[in-house]
Amino acid sequence: MTRPSRPGAAAGSGDDPPERPLPGTPAPPPHAPPGTGRLRGDTPFPRAARAALGDHTLRDNLRRATGTIRARRLAATRELPDWERLRDAGAALKSEALDRLPELLPQLEAAFTGRGGTVHWARDAAEANAIVTRLVRETGSEEVVKVKSMATQEIGLNEHLARQGITAYETDLAELIVQLSGDRPSHILVPAIHRNREEIRGILRDGIPDADPRLGSDPAELAAAARAHLRERFLTVPVAVSGANFGIAETGTLCVVESEGNGRMCLTLPRTLITVMGIEKVVPLHRDLEVFLQLLPRSATGERMNPYTSLWTGVTPGDGPQEVHLVLLDNGRTAALADPLGRGALGCIRCSACLNVCPVYERVGGHAYGSTYPGPIGAVLSPYLAGMHATGDDPNRTLPYASTLCGACLDACPVRIDLPAMLVDLRRRHTEEAGRTPEALAMRTAGAVMRRPRLYTAAQRTAARLARAAARREGRITRLPPPLAGWTEARDAPVPARDAFRSWFASPEGAAAMRAAAREGERRRAAHEGPGGGAPADGHDRREEER
Amino acid sequence: MSGPTAREAVLGRIRDALALAPPGRQPVPRAYRTGRTLPDDERLALFTGRLADYRAGVRVCTAAATAEAVAGALDAHGARRVGVPPGLDPAWLERFGGEVLVDSAAVSPRMLDGLDAVVTASAAACAETGTVLLDGSPDQGRRALSLVPDVHVLVVGLSTVAAGVPEALALLVPGRPTTLVSGPSATSDIELERVEGVHGPRVLEVVLRTDA
Repeated sequence: MTRPSRPGAAAGSGDDPPERPLPGTPAPPPHAPPGTGRLRGDTPFPRAARAALGDHTLRDNLRRATGTIRARRLAATRELPDWERLRDAGAALKSEALDRLPELLPQLEAAFTGRGGTVHWARDAAEANAIVTRLVRETGSEEVVKVKSMATQEIGLNEHLARQGITAYETDLAELIVQLSGDRPSHILVPAIHRNREEIRGILRDGIPDADPRLGSDPAELAAAARAHLRERFLTVPVAVSGANFGIAETGTLCVVESEGNGRMCLTLPRTLITVMGIEKVVPLHRDLEVFLQLLPRSATGERMNPYTSLWTGVTPGDGPQEVHLVLLDNGRTAALADPLGRGALGCIRCSACLNVCPVYERVGGHAYGSTYPGPIGAVLSPYLAGMHATGDDPNRTLPYASTLCGACLDACPVRIDLPAMLVDLRRRHTEEAGRTPEALAMRTAGAVMRRPRLYTAAQRTAARLARAAARREGRITRLPPPLAGWTEARDAPVPARDAFRSWFASPEGAAAMRAAAREGERRRAAHEGPGGGAPADGHDRREEER
Repeated sequence: MSGPTAREAVLGRIRDALALAPPGRQPVPRAYRTGRTLPDDERLALFTGRLADYRAGVRVCTAAATAEAVAGALDAHGARRVGVPPGLDPAWLERFGGEVLVDSAAVSPRMLDGLDAVVTASAAACAETGTVLLDGSPDQGRRALSLVPDVHVLVVGLSTVAAGVPEALALLVPGRPTTLVSGPSATSDIELERVEGVHGPRVLEVVLRTDA
């Protein structure tokens, strides 16, 4: 099989040379343009991670939170005997929806419009922001209430509205905490996961007008403070902006999954509702909810079902907003779609299970990834949507390396997104595009040396001596000189042993150790002889029986 | 502005993308559990157990005792002013001694905010997840009604409680304004600790009628 390298390579380069294709030939769709929205940070991941790793409060908060949510997710998914089959269905449904976008999106549009809604299309963040701004202006309101939404974070809507003199109130508790503290979200589901209750108490006490100065740090008390603060806004602000978890092509129905009821408030009380939805959120049938409403809550918060799920279809006379808009957003999604591997990332249902199981995310938190989308999914989605080469030192090119490739994310993903394969492919692409690098030269040299055993042994001895000299007292190598600096930029290396294994193996000491091991093996075999031998280790407890 | 509209441009990009990376169509395997049925006593036990996990109140009664159960739920939370949708069976509030406001278009959100509680019927429910589904029918009312007051008393007939999620969703009429409710409003935003009661009703009381 040949790799379809042309579209892949084209989709991977960020600056999108406007290569004019021959008439009738498909053009690679552009990435999300740089400059607007938040699909890249301004610091390379290794440098941002180093700063995060030094923050002990952050690490404590993250360790506690991700540990809790991991246990809860496992309990909730184990409870369903058909969990693996639901994942199969979810993965296939997402893939089918992407394949059928040219028919499903117009179908969604027609159904939504047929029920009194208005559909808008946005090529990128700037266009989506302009559409929302115009729609808000037309209502005469200078305020909007917001349901937590990744799409509007991605396009930087709040900041844009602020520049246009429109105040956006985040109403999700964690988003409120982030907004009041001038912070950035660090988790897809729990944007303030990096804050503990004491920090949150301070933020709410200082940020909410007329807050009780004796506000305690009990979560129930903090939630009550948010309730009191936002109630008046829900009752008076005439425009709401939301995202959508799913858009059903068959019926034109939009779906928001939430917990607090702030979503219901925004979707129900204002006169005007504006929903910004990525084009990949469309699903074919109303029936498909039966899969995703099982996969999403159990993967996200580890609940059997989230407290509230809202479904609305255009305008319902006498119930809810009487003016409803849907903004369908591309912003690099078609660039990802053009990548045979990367398109899989568009199947993401934003549950954040991959963040919670990721050993890298658990230690550095979400801010280090720069983009709106952190963790393993962010490490692939940000490059696929926005490219890796928008600037000479685009931080997005460091994201595919923000992983140990342990594969926990693939195990956890409810729609089986092959994140490790994407990370590896993005690394390959980055390396190929980087061309001649000191690393490539070093690898070629190493290959040549390894082909000559005598030379190899000599080189090894020399390298070990040099490395031991470079080691610090605590027995780690934390910084190597160029051209090896890249290796230690993101990791400490252990100090090489005094003896190479091969020379130890050839020594009398090595020979004695091998003889002892052989005797030990004999003894164990004898002891286990007979009853079935060792039971096979069964690491997988999947495929439980039907209830 | 000249050039293609955003709609044409996005749809064109999608077609280009699919031409550059042609899809490998595969059928959707729907091998997960659907069409499950469970005997009444099992659905009742499962549903009430799951509701209790969410810290929702549950009152199991016969249809004849609905009014008593509803009044008990309202009194337990000291509700004096109660809103109801226009299509709710008035007999359900016969034993309630407080003030009853029948919802209409003239009732503003602020008036809803002044109510102590709301009583509604339901469209369907799901035992496995402890979920009640509302679809805006006349006995359930508009969405704001069951959202703004702090106490929600939900009347559910056991015959409408389906075993699992696919079975419950199949009872919905697509296109209606629908809300799935699983316990009182809650948040896990502070240290992942679940706290009941944020913006939606902080109290959810389910009156489960075993013969309805």
